[in-house]
Amino acid sequence: MKPMKKSVLAALSALALATPALAEEVHVYNWSDYIDEELLVQFEQETGIKLIYDVYDSNEVLETKLLAGSTGFDVVVPSASFLARQIKAGVYQKLDKSKLPNLVNVWPEIAERVSVFDPGNAYSINYMWGTTGIGYNVKKVAEVLGDDAPVNSLALVFDPKNMEKLAECGVHFLDAPDEVIPAALRYLGEDPNSGDVDVIAKAQPVLEAVRPYVRKFHSSEYINALANGEICVAFGWSGDILQARDRAAEADAGIEIDYKIPKEGALMWFDQMAIPADAPNPDGALKFLNFILEPKVAAAASNYVYYANGNKASQQYLNEDVIGDPAIYPDEATIKNLYVKEAYDQKTQRFATRMWTAIKTGN
Amino acid sequence: MFNFRRFFLISVPYIWLLLLFLVPFGIVLKISLSDSALAIPPYSPTFDLSAGWAGFREMWAAFDFENFLWLVDDSLYIKAYLSSVWIALVSMILTLLVGYPIAYGMAKAPEEWRPTLMMLIILPFWTSFLIRVYAWIGILGSQGYLNQFLLWIGVIDEPLVLLNTSLAVYIGIVYTYLPFMVLPIYATLEKLDGDLLEAAEDLGCSRISAFWLITVPLSRPGVIAGCFLVFIPVVGEFVIPSLLGGSRTLMIGKVLWDEFFANRDWPLASAVAVILLLILIIPIVLFQRQQQRAQEAGQ
Repeated sequence: MKPMKKSVLAALSALALATPALAEEVHVYNWSDYIDEELLVQFEQETGIKLIYDVYDSNEVLETKLLAGSTGFDVVVPSASFLARQIKAGVYQKLDKSKLPNLVNVWPEIAERVSVFDPGNAYSINYMWGTTGIGYNVKKVAEVLGDDAPVNSLALVFDPKNMEKLAECGVHFLDAPDEVIPAALRYLGEDPNSGDVDVIAKAQPVLEAVRPYVRKFHSSEYINALANGEICVAFGWSGDILQARDRAAEADAGIEIDYKIPKEGALMWFDQMAIPADAPNPDGALKFLNFILEPKVAAAASNYVYYANGNKASQQYLNEDVIGDPAIYPDEATIKNLYVKEAYDQKTQRFATRMWTAIKTGN
Repeated sequence: MFNFRRFFLISVPYIWLLLLFLVPFGIVLKISLSDSALAIPPYSPTFDLSAGWAGFREMWAAFDFENFLWLVDDSLYIKAYLSSVWIALVSMILTLLVGYPIAYGMAKAPEEWRPTLMMLIILPFWTSFLIRVYAWIGILGSQGYLNQFLLWIGVIDEPLVLLNTSLAVYIGIVYTYLPFMVLPIYATLEKLDGDLLEAAEDLGCSRISAFWLITVPLSRPGVIAGCFLVFIPVVGEFVIPSLLGGSRTLMIGKVLWDEFFANRDWPLASAVAVILLLILIIPIVLFQRQQQRAQEAGQ
């Protein structure tokens, strides 16, 4: 035999050996920048299942795909309020809990809060949870508002007197009516979880009063804008602001970012892993979920993305700058003060979106 | 005798029209008459082939024009349509002002340069449209290249706010759609008979008035074609205003996105799309007529 033929043969036999191992695939669809990618490699090595990982950056995009059907995804990660109505639309299949032995590790308090959205936690496991609050540039806010600036209060972003001054150094708000309207209601002392359009309408004057001072409504640009000093305040998601804090620290340009959960309370949100009803490989999906529920895996993910997870057993493996940071793992009293918001029904959603457009565009 | 060859040749464009326009439009129209629902897919009634004729009649009975009434009811939609048409008109005029001189210059250039110049106009299409729009974010941002350059030469002391404004949207649109304006104008200018201009000058016309009296009227078909090719897609433009525009830029494409994604109201989103199409059909029909006339004139 000629040497060349040998190598072809070797390649062919390698291919033949490799093919069965790669035959099983799991398609995971998760938020962008939301996992330590080494964990994906680890999953493939441990199970021999080929992982096909894709990302999105809004619940709306995910929902539209799921409602159109036949997505081909085995695992998706909607936020709990979206999950709740997707369950009603029949998007998901119930989890076979006998195949999830690692469920013993979950944090009962988080599971209980999630059960508002997913009764009995029948359809989903918690991946990460966090809060929606205030990120700010410590030095600039002190310059503009003085040392006693109310950085730990919603008044910082909803009181026009503060916002008028902050407009000089730049303010971003999330472009998410489901997050900002409840906060404005909380600021007014109303029920943030209200689905009553008359109550929701009360948020409009509050937001319109500060609208002229908001430079942009956007749900991800504020990470960079905070980190490089283009803006001084962002009303955004905890983990994103903490990422901005780290980027600013790495850049070492004298910018110090901090995150505060407002004393009035903050929205607590949950990103849940679930399996679509038409998933091609539900068994593989369950293996992936069980892998994520391993304490060391959950801890590694949290150490990477700076969000808290719903895995009690993982806490011993968390880095000190994660478990010890009250912005990520708030103390008991602060957690008690957090509120959850359920999904609006169709009519209320339309009202909220319309109100949001009116606030943003003035029409 | 029935001419199969002729029939076949004519049927190709009609099949194209049927498959790629009428069938999708029929689906969108059907959804626009339905009601939204919490289901997969998120509207009802759905078309059930297995139920046969009875199922079809049941579906027909459930149709109504509620969504279209809603569009009239709330001034947001009318404002968004008008604002989109306005932005498209302004962009069209700006693109014409920039594109005409480019096309004119190309047509007047020595013949051996023309393929290269043509290439330069088409070259940007080799890069993704999205990447080119993103590049403008890097240019127009407060720390962007344009501001850095202006600061450096000392024209301004503070960075200008360019990004997230209407100006940025117009820059993005003019940049992106420029080739659609330049190429048809160039095509007419290139064919222009130079003897006519010479004759005009011989008869005592100045070069400038010869340009206005001869070149401009004769290039009209190209100008009209270019204007339609810019106006029609810009009305429904979504990517450029959402990347370069601020929250205040109101365009129908963004409203449609909100209906589809934020409200998950596919029927209403479809109604918005149907009306958008009707608005666009008027210029498309005018364009068709003009093309026909140009062809007849050419024969």
